[in-house]
Amino acid sequence: MFATPLRRTGLAAGLVLSCLAALPAAAQDEPLTPEAAHEAREEHMKMLGQNLGVIGRMAQGEVDYDAEAAQEAADALVEISGMDMEAWLVEGSDSESLEDSRALPIIWDETEDYLAQWEDLHQAALAMQEVAGTDLAALQGAMGPLGQSCGGCHRTYRASE
Amino acid sequence: MRRALITLGLLAVLAAGGAWILTAPDPIPEARIAGLTGDPEHGQLIFDAAGCASCHMAPDAERAEGEPPVLAGGEAFQSAFGTFHAPNISPGPAGIGGWSDAQIVNAVMRGVAPGGVHLYPALPYGAYIKAEVQDMVDMTAYLRGLPVSDAESLPHDLSFPFTIRRAVGAWKLLFLDEDWVIEGDLTQAQQRGRYLVEAVTHCGECHTPRNALGGLKLSDWLAGAENPSGEGSIPDITPGGLDWSESDIAQYLSSGFTPEFDTAGGAMADVIANSTSRMGDDDRAAIAAYLKIVPPSGG
Repeated sequence: MFATPLRRTGLAAGLVLSCLAALPAAAQDEPLTPEAAHEAREEHMKMLGQNLGVIGRMAQGEVDYDAEAAQEAADALVEISGMDMEAWLVEGSDSESLEDSRALPIIWDETEDYLAQWEDLHQAALAMQEVAGTDLAALQGAMGPLGQSCGGCHRTYRASE
Repeated sequence: MRRALITLGLLAVLAAGGAWILTAPDPIPEARIAGLTGDPEHGQLIFDAAGCASCHMAPDAERAEGEPPVLAGGEAFQSAFGTFHAPNISPGPAGIGGWSDAQIVNAVMRGVAPGGVHLYPALPYGAYIKAEVQDMVDMTAYLRGLPVSDAESLPHDLSFPFTIRRAVGAWKLLFLDEDWVIEGDLTQAQQRGRYLVEAVTHCGECHTPRNALGGLKLSDWLAGAENPSGEGSIPDITPGGLDWSESDIAQYLSSGFTPEFDTAGGAMADVIANSTSRMGDDDRAAIAAYLKIVPPSGG
């Protein structure tokens, strides 16, 4: 789809900002429908994945390290992980209520812990933001906590496929 | 008429006796194990590859980086036959501290506990039977150096007739098999991958569907299965269900990231944390190479 990894990176980061604007805003007066909340969460996750992928592929040595692209992706991760997730916890959008949803109902019982896990991810993203533009070794070091944060939360709160 | 009845009766007694003999535990002879010395360092590699800690740590246990696992047991496993509880296998009185090497190896590779009691195949001896005895002696040496827990093992919670342990002997007759699932001319990496997947890491225990008696359907080897916990399903990892490259697979087993940078969840997160992330790059690459030669599902 994209010509080079580098261009793909720039496009992905740009995409994030435009998508963020399109996501239902947290402070909206109108309550979200369960379907809209589910869709927003999925889009949000995809953006996390895209930007994590930019950094992760460098960490894994699949693409060459590019300080600028890494920094851009890390900045985006900070922004995306810092969004107000509580706004999308609409009742009736869990995996037992919606066919496509993989958000386990336990999220609504353990909301405090769920949000704390998001905060952990945000902290890991901030740590990545600090070092992403420094060099490859620093980027690789910050990748572990990011991955653990993703995996830890999925393990508890996401239904298997 | 009377003679016929007596004959019939005798035959029934013989059949029952035969069944009793056939369902008896079939351990590895003590002599085959007694002469072997365990290497705990290599044993750790086997222990990690087998992912022993995933099932035998307490359900709420956190394993800090570099810390040895405490195998206190207690994790519950739901199945069609009832709920199994992983026992304490730490090297103390509440665990396997009093067992000989041969007893431990026989529990792991034959499903036979001390005293000749059948263990349920929730312990994947159906895979470990294919392992090298020396590897399991090494694993035992490592096990003996782990921290002791005095937690009491929980009884299984099974429904009749699965409470009859002797019936496990019949299950073993039907399903225990030392032969490889994937035969043929394999490269060295593929052979190593086969050893890990089929004999040690026991991927098939979850990724292969089972028949009504709980035996693996080898014709659908690694083709995905229902999740025994009832939540979702376990994916098809044959080339028919997984189109990742070998390097994608190896990366996933190392970092937990899919090629789309999604992450592993559920039980696979534990498998990666306790098993595959602890392997060497060569072993992960070997698993990937093996998965590519498994017959694609639906074929």
